[in-house]
Amino acid sequence: MTPLPVNPWHVHMTTVQAVLPETPGVTTYDLTFDDPNAGYAFRPGQFNMLYLPGIGEAAISVSSDPGEAAKLRHTVRALGNVTRAMTRLHPGDKLGVRGPFGTVWPVDDCRGRDVVIAAGGLGLAPLRPVLYHLSRHRADYGRVTLLYGTRSPVDLLYTNEYEAWRAAGIDVQPTVDSAGGDWHGSIGFVTALLARLPLEPTRTVVFTCGPEVMMRFVASEAVARGVPASQVFVSLERNMNCAVGLCGHCQFGPEFVCKDGPVFPFDRVRRLLLVENF
Amino acid sequence: MIDRLRELGYEVVGPRVADGAITLGEITSIAELPLNVRDEQEPGKYRLTISDGGYFDHVVGPHSLKPFVFPPRTTVLQVLKVRDSWEARTPEPPRPKRAVLGVRSCDLHALAIQDRVFLGGPHRDPEYAARREGLFLVAVNCGRSVPTCFCVSMNTGPAVTGGADLVLTELADGFVVQVGTERGSLVLAALNCRECSSTEIADSNEVPRRAAAQQTRRISLPTVHDTLMNNLNHPRWDDVAKRCLSCANCTMVCPTCFCSTVNEVTDLAGEHTTRERTWESCFNEEHSWTGSGAVHPDTKSRYRQWLTHKLATWVDQFGTSGCVGCGRCITWCPVGIDLTAEVAAMEGGAP
Repeated sequence: MTPLPVNPWHVHMTTVQAVLPETPGVTTYDLTFDDPNAGYAFRPGQFNMLYLPGIGEAAISVSSDPGEAAKLRHTVRALGNVTRAMTRLHPGDKLGVRGPFGTVWPVDDCRGRDVVIAAGGLGLAPLRPVLYHLSRHRADYGRVTLLYGTRSPVDLLYTNEYEAWRAAGIDVQPTVDSAGGDWHGSIGFVTALLARLPLEPTRTVVFTCGPEVMMRFVASEAVARGVPASQVFVSLERNMNCAVGLCGHCQFGPEFVCKDGPVFPFDRVRRLLLVENF
Repeated sequence: MIDRLRELGYEVVGPRVADGAITLGEITSIAELPLNVRDEQEPGKYRLTISDGGYFDHVVGPHSLKPFVFPPRTTVLQVLKVRDSWEARTPEPPRPKRAVLGVRSCDLHALAIQDRVFLGGPHRDPEYAARREGLFLVAVNCGRSVPTCFCVSMNTGPAVTGGADLVLTELADGFVVQVGTERGSLVLAALNCRECSSTEIADSNEVPRRAAAQQTRRISLPTVHDTLMNNLNHPRWDDVAKRCLSCANCTMVCPTCFCSTVNEVTDLAGEHTTRERTWESCFNEEHSWTGSGAVHPDTKSRYRQWLTHKLATWVDQFGTSGCVGCGRCITWCPVGIDLTAEVAAMEGGAP
């Protein structure tokens, strides 16, 4: 891992290399570090604080290949003032980066296991580094399945990569809430796909990211299927301001989601996830 | 002592009467201390009255050590537009030499808690570290408690047990001074003091005992964590939410609350931006804002966040309670919400 800068507010400047429209309201930004000695490296599941001077910072998960850390990619929905301002960026523009921060999808600890990745909507972005990692080290893992749900087919992210993932030996199963007649895939929630997925529960790990309610259902279904709650991992979203556990915004009970998370084993957060507005 | 500390280059800060309260500010002589002034405190109430109790007959006012180490507003980053790019630099933190006179035991414990928050993790706060280093602390043993004090039950007072350079105890005809640190002994050596008599030492030990005996409010420290965490859906949260104004006063006067937000401050040309960190409160909606709305959308969830953090999850995070029993949040609550009563209502589970 990168040694952390002494001052947590230190910002790296990057240059936008490409701006790729993905789905309605969602854009991927490719960045390279201006300082060739930035020494940046991240692991799957971590996030950066992306910074536009005069506008502010937004916490965005890294969605690129951890094997190519110099080519940083972030997939962002235009929702707040920073992410909306980012839509005006063009190649050559500058963007500040602080990071990487947070815990990781434990890909190293689950070698030899079956991996189920259950993503909802933009929740595929922080899981894409896992897909790259598993593709690259495919022989180290058992069965690998991606269950990916969105509202409609136009909301599916990274569709041009599914063939490559399938070719690498990953069972890619997209599903949508509703679709027109030209959709030949599955209709329904990710939970339904999980419910009928053949599993060997004790040798399975589940990584899930998406709306909190979806992750709760996925995790509960996995546990109901016999997967130990300690082998189910969720990625929580909270307000991030400092990203280093000093500002207090992201607290979730005893956890600072920025440094104790965002990736948590389900057994550690299950009880409090069920308390409304906690 | 004030003169000596000033000679050594310290700005001396102490209690003064200002705006109808005892507040902390720069003092240059003993004449500025609040002689024979006493504070009356109750839930939602604070008044100063005349007494005959000497220089430190008051207890804690709305100010604590917090703003001296964690300022309400500070700059964390400066960004300059240079051609087509930005140059960002983190400013060198100020390193003031500051002596605070009249610090109470609860506030020394609060500082020790803040040390764990800002210096104990993998990311040390550079400004806190710099300001903390320059702090010289002259504590005072409390000789009285007000009805909002509950430090005895939090094991944080009223007797000073550590964390100060010098400790004063006020007697009818002078002060007993104890040395806490080497730095403290160097300051004391330059003063015209004599050895205490055994009677004076015995009298000084009585002072904080007198204050302790006056306390009526309490929190059960060994059980409060589970009392709160096992009652997250207790109806009392709805009850307190009807009284709470979500005004954030409790978090502003709290000597340990550490939440902050960084905002952008930009010149009109957009060429120079500073990132300014200001105090934030979990009672504000923006505190928990995410792309899918506020995690704590109502007063109930915000009060629950504050109280469970202060008294329960703080222990999980930092190995210590976040409360020192200073009672400020009770006194300065405009509607007089008393956290000890809220906890008591949840002891024994749901009704």
